[in-house]
Amino acid sequence: MHLVADRLQKKFGATTAVAEVSFAAAPGEVLGLLGPNGAGKSTTISMLAGLMRPDGGRVHIDGVPLGTGADPTKRRLGLVTQEIALIDELPARMNLEFFGGLYGLAGRLLAGRIAAALELTSLGDRAGDAPKEFSGGMRRRLNIACALLHEPQILLLDEPTVGVDPQSRNAIFDTIEALAGAGRTMVYTTHYMEEVERLCDRVVIIDHGRVLADDTLTGLLASAPVSNTLTLKYDVSPDGAALEEIRNLPGVIRVDLAGPELSVSATDLGTAAPRVLERLAARGCSCQELTSRRANLEDVFLALTGRTLRDT
Amino acid sequence: MRSTLTALRALVRKDVAIFLRDRRALVVSVLTPIVVAAFFGSLFGGGGAGDNVSKVPVGVTDLDGSTLSRAVVEALAHDESLATDLMPEGDAHQLVKTGKLRAAVVIPAGFGAAAPAALLGRAEKPSIKLFYDPSQSVVRSVLAGIVTQHVMQEVTRPFTSGKGVSSPFTIASQAVSTGPRYNGYAHSFAGMSVQFTLFMGIDAGVALLLMRETGMWRRLRAAPLSRGVLLGSRVAATTLIAMLILTVVYAAAIAVFGVRIAGSFAGFAMIAFAFAVLAATTGLMIAAIGGTVAATRGVATFSILILVMLGGAWVPAFLFPEWLQNASKILPTRWAVDGFDAMTWRGLPLASAFAPVAVLLAWSALFALIAVWRFDWEGD
Repeated sequence: MHLVADRLQKKFGATTAVAEVSFAAAPGEVLGLLGPNGAGKSTTISMLAGLMRPDGGRVHIDGVPLGTGADPTKRRLGLVTQEIALIDELPARMNLEFFGGLYGLAGRLLAGRIAAALELTSLGDRAGDAPKEFSGGMRRRLNIACALLHEPQILLLDEPTVGVDPQSRNAIFDTIEALAGAGRTMVYTTHYMEEVERLCDRVVIIDHGRVLADDTLTGLLASAPVSNTLTLKYDVSPDGAALEEIRNLPGVIRVDLAGPELSVSATDLGTAAPRVLERLAARGCSCQELTSRRANLEDVFLALTGRTLRDT
Repeated sequence: MRSTLTALRALVRKDVAIFLRDRRALVVSVLTPIVVAAFFGSLFGGGGAGDNVSKVPVGVTDLDGSTLSRAVVEALAHDESLATDLMPEGDAHQLVKTGKLRAAVVIPAGFGAAAPAALLGRAEKPSIKLFYDPSQSVVRSVLAGIVTQHVMQEVTRPFTSGKGVSSPFTIASQAVSTGPRYNGYAHSFAGMSVQFTLFMGIDAGVALLLMRETGMWRRLRAAPLSRGVLLGSRVAATTLIAMLILTVVYAAAIAVFGVRIAGSFAGFAMIAFAFAVLAATTGLMIAAIGGTVAATRGVATFSILILVMLGGAWVPAFLFPEWLQNASKILPTRWAVDGFDAMTWRGLPLASAFAPVAVLLAWSALFALIAVWRFDWEGD
């Protein structure tokens, strides 16, 4: 494993920010780290980046314990902060030279790395311009490029697409996928479900400083107490006996009636839907409209934390 | 080690590049102290303060019109300390009241007859009115002495073969310093260099606070750099920028205002360096103990203004009450201003720079210790 977070704990005074967080990420894996505000996500990222010393537990990079300050193990890590941490007054190339210099890069080696980072993030033609003249998406891409110069094996991306237009977002996704393809390990935090679904091989959901779930997306959908939903509209609402009959059907988890709209949650819609329609038709209910929705990560998150991803 | 030096160089170069690229801030940083120092310098005698004594503008009213009173008026007009202007009493009163004249002398009617008689004790002494601006109280004493001298000379002239009673001595004034000539701008440039370099130190400290707000500080700490490198680079960069400001400001002082480093050049350079380090560590301490950017900037600016005021940067410390002159010797700003004065117009040797340098570096060490002690390393 490239990255191992082993029973991380952190307190600030009497407040426990991280009670116990453990997970691991393999080479080439993109791990989504999700959690509501105050869940301990930022503190966990800070400990993973070597910015903060855990009160308990340890971070290991390729089996080497990670320290803070001048610990050389930090060279294996790259941090893309949520804030765009660039020097607006200096041209993009000088920004890259500065961040490369922080890791001891200089001369031809640095020049080569800068060229590669600019190419990867499609900013080669704007290297001489200051970031203050860039669009939000270009600034985000340069923000990522600055973290790549020292070629870290592990990249920590803290909401790297906030405030970015769809085109730039896709460009960032392409960059991340290329990096993962090259064997880099990535820890990715976001509030956008579609980003997790597209990019992340595995998802860790934390809340109240603890890991609530750690699995692939498919695994989470299969194991979490969430379901697919069938919504039906009727001219005449089904009566109580009809609702009771549907509730007792195999695979049906929940039945809700709101006016003429009936919602049926079931583990397997393919099996449940025909039976529900058949029972209601037998009771004289004529369906006017029918929609179905597959369970997604949003539902998993809601079920585990009580909040939606966007609410966090 | 090599990698650390590369990182240190990158950090310092970044700060200096940001300073140099902001043309407007750059101009303000060097132009403001020059303009303000030029103004204060002109108030304190300008470039020729050692040779020229400015004349006091005084109104004169002669209500008598006698031979004696006209002779006194003539004598006052030729006094090297005064610039007199004959005018009616009402005008003289009004001009003093509005601050356009420092003082006015009114010779009463009957003065020509009464004064010689009073000298022999045969009549009441006539009263010469003296209007003066209360903000210029020193002028009152000076003018009273000059009027007395000229009146005595003219009144006694008939009794002394036409020569009159005069002072039995002359005063030969000589400005004294080791340097070649006092330049009023030398002190003002010392004071304003100190003030505005410290302001730049505040800006450097506030910039560090801003780095926390923009995520840059997180990113710097993510790199494998020690606290010593991160904070040391800030001190090094700010010291370099402070040296740059001092160099440009003093270059202007020398080229345009005739200021000379009449003492030890090495001593001047040492004091400039020690003061630049002080400005840098002041900024670091501000970043360590500061809260929000706005509050920190306000409190720091106020503190610096008090420090430079008490350090004699605005007006020379010898104008302070004696207790304040002694008390202000504890302040680093006083040592900086006195140190620059010593190496410029006082023309003192290298040895005279050692004490100011030692005091400035001691204060710098204290500020740096406070900064390291109070710095929130894990905060963003």
